Amino acid sequence: MDLLLEGICKAFYLLITFDPEVMGITLLSLRISGTATIISLLIGISAGTYVALSEFSGRKFVVSLINTGMAFPPVVVGLFVTIFLWRSGPLGFLEILYTPTAMIIAQAIIATPIVTGISMAAIQQLPGNLRLQILALGATRFQMLWILMKEARLPLLAAVMAGFGGVISEIGASIMVGGNIKGYSRVLTTATVMETSRGNFEIAIALSVILLLFVFLINAILTQIQQQERPR
Amino acid sequence: MKATPVLKVENLLVKRGGVTVLDISSLFIREGEILTLIGPNGTGKSTVLLTLACLLKPFRGSIIFKGQRVDTHQAIFAYRRKLSMVFQEPLLFNATVFDNVASGLKIRGMGKGDIQRRVMECLERFGISHLGRRSARKLSGGEAQRTSLARAFATLPEIVFLDEPFASLDPPGRESLIEDLGGILRETQTTAILATHDLQEALRLSDRLAVMNEGKIVQIGPPAEVMDHPVDLFVASFVGMETLMTGSVIEVGEGEGAFTVSISGHHVQVAGVATPGEKVVCGIRPEHVTLGTDPPRGKSAIRNVLSGKILKIVSLGLFCKVYLHCGFMVVAFVTRQFGENLSLKVGEDVTASFEATAVHVIRRGK
Repeated sequence: MDLLLEGICKAFYLLITFDPEVMGITLLSLRISGTATIISLLIGISAGTYVALSEFSGRKFVVSLINTGMAFPPVVVGLFVTIFLWRSGPLGFLEILYTPTAMIIAQAIIATPIVTGISMAAIQQLPGNLRLQILALGATRFQMLWILMKEARLPLLAAVMAGFGGVISEIGASIMVGGNIKGYSRVLTTATVMETSRGNFEIAIALSVILLLFVFLINAILTQIQQQERPR
Repeated sequence: MKATPVLKVENLLVKRGGVTVLDISSLFIREGEILTLIGPNGTGKSTVLLTLACLLKPFRGSIIFKGQRVDTHQAIFAYRRKLSMVFQEPLLFNATVFDNVASGLKIRGMGKGDIQRRVMECLERFGISHLGRRSARKLSGGEAQRTSLARAFATLPEIVFLDEPFASLDPPGRESLIEDLGGILRETQTTAILATHDLQEALRLSDRLAVMNEGKIVQIGPPAEVMDHPVDLFVASFVGMETLMTGSVIEVGEGEGAFTVSISGHHVQVAGVATPGEKVVCGIRPEHVTLGTDPPRGKSAIRNVLSGKILKIVSLGLFCKVYLHCGFMVVAFVTRQFGENLSLKVGEDVTASFEATAVHVIRRGK
């Protein structure tokens, strides 16, 4: 119990004093996961909307692929990204393994199917004739898509939450492709694992508390927006 | 209403999953006209509207708007900006009533001042100016459909497609909206194509009726013509011609323009021309049949008087529908008051009379 309390106290101390190492790790976590989420939103919302609105042969297969992708184990993603970026791998010439860029790629791969799946469901739950109604109002295809996304903004916010929540807290892929290099590719999750394995529980707890606070804060903001718009 | 057709379609064929769902050889609508597509559910009325609005690609056929073929991407886009469509469900956006009505104008990039003016006009016209700031999610069914209609009219469309716009409304809301929409369509001289399965709705609003069955237009014409002169049994029964009797022409009056049809051994006088031996179906609208307890006295213009027994009386509020057996089934409408005065009861003997001109003949060959 002492260990836990001590850890929490230490966490607040580190936070209040703006400990440079913890701040660095936190900011890097945010930068990597934020960028990965934005990339996954760009790809996922477009892909999800396309699949939701299109009829093509093999659509069911694509939908089941997306659904499978939503449950991709991060370690498997980490493994394949590592192989691709390995010096002798197909993309080895990029020389980005063990860099934050590699971590962004891996996290974007993890988040994209999640965002795609939720976006697809979000667009599909809109009334079937809404797309036609918007076109009949004289909209271009781009305007139609934009209005549809605006109409599905609440469930799309869920996609943002799920995507960001999924990557900020994942560890397998980050440690494999980032290498947990101090001051360079060390993020909240990889640092927590390392400190725990070293027996530095206070710091590990401190980092976990920060991670939890983050996840809570971002979700609280998004939930607030979502609930404000809820039809009553 | 001008005589020039504003929209024409030729050889229209729409398939779904390889099956033909719509087959229209030709259809046009004149400028300022209200054309109603009427028919039971699932006959392709909505498909016609979607195809005419270029929201559904036909398998074959051309759409000509104001003399120009609408077949290229640009032509379709330009055409869509001249039309409006209202669906059965209001399909409002998650925004205020004002923003919903403004949406078509915003899409067109109109300036704020103009939008404000145009939206206010439309809200006023549809009697919802007090709802401008309200969220579209908090409207009643009638208010939501009025908002949807205001949104459609805000862009000053040259043609409006209305797909069962009153179907999901409760009776009072529906009544007033039909009234208001009819007035607005006439006042703005907007060309409109309405799809409905409700005959009363169609009769109140239309200049012409097009009766649809299984993806085809089976009859098109002014409401009175379709109601009184249906071309086949389907149209006859759909427009409420409930007495339909099959018989054959037995006697043709010389120069009188009348003939006699034998129906189950009973003779019915019919105005018109026929050849002896011809097989016909005689149709009579229920409102053209007069009931009485005694045969009409003296010389009457009424040419047919049949005795029968009341089989069933169905109350329709202010009216009653009376089913009689006169050797064949005859259906008559009477007012509730009239029924009470005559003390009509099931099993009672009455007379049914109708003029020879009230009988509509559908030919079935010899």
